[in-house]
Amino acid sequence: MKKTPNPVKNPYFAGVILGIVLFAAYALTHSGLGASGAIGRIQVSITKLFWSSHVDKVGTFAALGAGDRNALDHPSLFLLLGTFAGGMISAGLNGRLKVEIFKGSKITKIQRLFFALLGGLIMGYGARLARGCTSGQALSGGAVLSLGSWAFMFSVFIGGYAIAYFVRRLWAD
Amino acid sequence: MLPIDISILLGKAGGYLVFFLIGTGFGVSLELAGFGDSRRLAAQFYLKDMTVLKTMFTGIIVACLLIFLASGIGWLDFSQLAVNQTFLWPGIVGGLIMGVGFIVGGYCPGTSIVATASFKIDGLFFLVGTVLGAGLFGETLPSFENFWNSSFTERYLVSDWLGWSIGATVFAVILMALFMFYGAEKVEEFFRNKGTGKAFSWKITRRSYIYGAATLVSVAALIWIIGQPDPIRKWKIFESQYASQLTSKAVFIHPLEYVKSNNESSIKLVTLDLRQPKDFDAFHLSGSENVTIDNLLDAKVVARFTQLPPQGVVVLIAENDSVSIKAWQYLKVQGVVNLYILENGLHNWNSLFADKTVEGKPINLASPQAGVLKLFPQNAYIPKIKIGTKKHAGGLCG
Repeated sequence: MKKTPNPVKNPYFAGVILGIVLFAAYALTHSGLGASGAIGRIQVSITKLFWSSHVDKVGTFAALGAGDRNALDHPSLFLLLGTFAGGMISAGLNGRLKVEIFKGSKITKIQRLFFALLGGLIMGYGARLARGCTSGQALSGGAVLSLGSWAFMFSVFIGGYAIAYFVRRLWAD
Repeated sequence: MLPIDISILLGKAGGYLVFFLIGTGFGVSLELAGFGDSRRLAAQFYLKDMTVLKTMFTGIIVACLLIFLASGIGWLDFSQLAVNQTFLWPGIVGGLIMGVGFIVGGYCPGTSIVATASFKIDGLFFLVGTVLGAGLFGETLPSFENFWNSSFTERYLVSDWLGWSIGATVFAVILMALFMFYGAEKVEEFFRNKGTGKAFSWKITRRSYIYGAATLVSVAALIWIIGQPDPIRKWKIFESQYASQLTSKAVFIHPLEYVKSNNESSIKLVTLDLRQPKDFDAFHLSGSENVTIDNLLDAKVVARFTQLPPQGVVVLIAENDSVSIKAWQYLKVQGVVNLYILENGLHNWNSLFADKTVEGKPINLASPQAGVLKLFPQNAYIPKIKIGTKKHAGGLCG
């Protein structure tokens, strides 16, 4: 493995690849890309391991994994596994496969992990509320001109920019 | 003809493999853009590195151009793609919340998968957080379920909202994206920091950017010029795909099956009567609507029939089966899923039911009750209606 990571690709080049992959997803599977649907399914199947009666009780959980239904037996899971594999392959080839914690310079590693967990929690909650994440709603819905997806996309940017100033310490150089 | 139904072609396991490979491409493209690094993603919100905006919008417009170009030429049936449903306000509120999560946590769900895959511990923590967040949502949803299901439209495109053609909308989206890219470059020049977002693996000259932009605009203009196929042209393109359902009579139903379905709670019939208004006024089935064949070429009218709930079944009635067949063709290529023709229209209706009585009472001809079916032998007709759904792998992200 290389010592110094390769520089990242031109963002427009990466975008063209992304667009072609997205088109392929629509052409071969009728639907776009996504990540949060699979995350919801993982959550349900983990809950089921420890507390299966609860899964039957909560509406959104039951829809995915009530009774004998295996929440993980769904195409979105394989899309997620593929995303994981693709990320690993590309990181490996470009010398970026390395255990590390990315953070701003003014916070500790523990603080960073806390905020990553918190941000993930907020994001996971919002993604279920909006019925999709940045990839499933904004990217996929944006390409087929879904109005809701465009409204969603601008909301994400607005939400981020509105709060960015107040959390600038997290990302200080 | 696209889209391909891959799970029918390759079976369930083969379909899953295709999903895995598409996911791999997705992961590679995110990683190549540098989205495994939370600092780069967060920098978007401090205007120091606009990679998120550039890559995301490039992805959107490239896919958008490919989809609508393929649809315009007739290689792809756009009505068969799963367009994200619009729940406007839940989407907006969820989006705002996600924006907050994005800047606090530094990732979004897809990019945190890539970060975790490349051993970034903060990515892993974020990913665990999203799982917890999804759980928390399920627990708290009952308190605002009505809001979550509000402001719903099944398939609402930006072009419908603007009242523009798809071609014009695509063209406008491309121009907007290019304008945003130009702005992003200028903003970056101003705010860029040393940490991320300086060197790319290869430099692109100013001239190639201009060529790239010119290509995008030309393709968008081409899409606008050729337009999206109307139902008549679309039937010519996709005839081979659907014609067998007509020739094999698989979509022609018997009046008794109509009566049976009409009395079943698991099926919601929508009956379209294509006869002359005077004939319709003289007699029609309860709940049926009088429409003309031209109505069925109007996307606004047809939208109601493509957006039926899953148990919705559309049945066509006409004076002559050739008219129902034409109507069937127009509706089919516009994406109406469960679509049937009442064989021979209402011509057999009276002779079948006119003199029949149930429990001593003559039956209501406009809406015969289920009891009528007992008057006929079990094998009086071959049932044809099968409820299908368009949601192939829908809800990937929902």
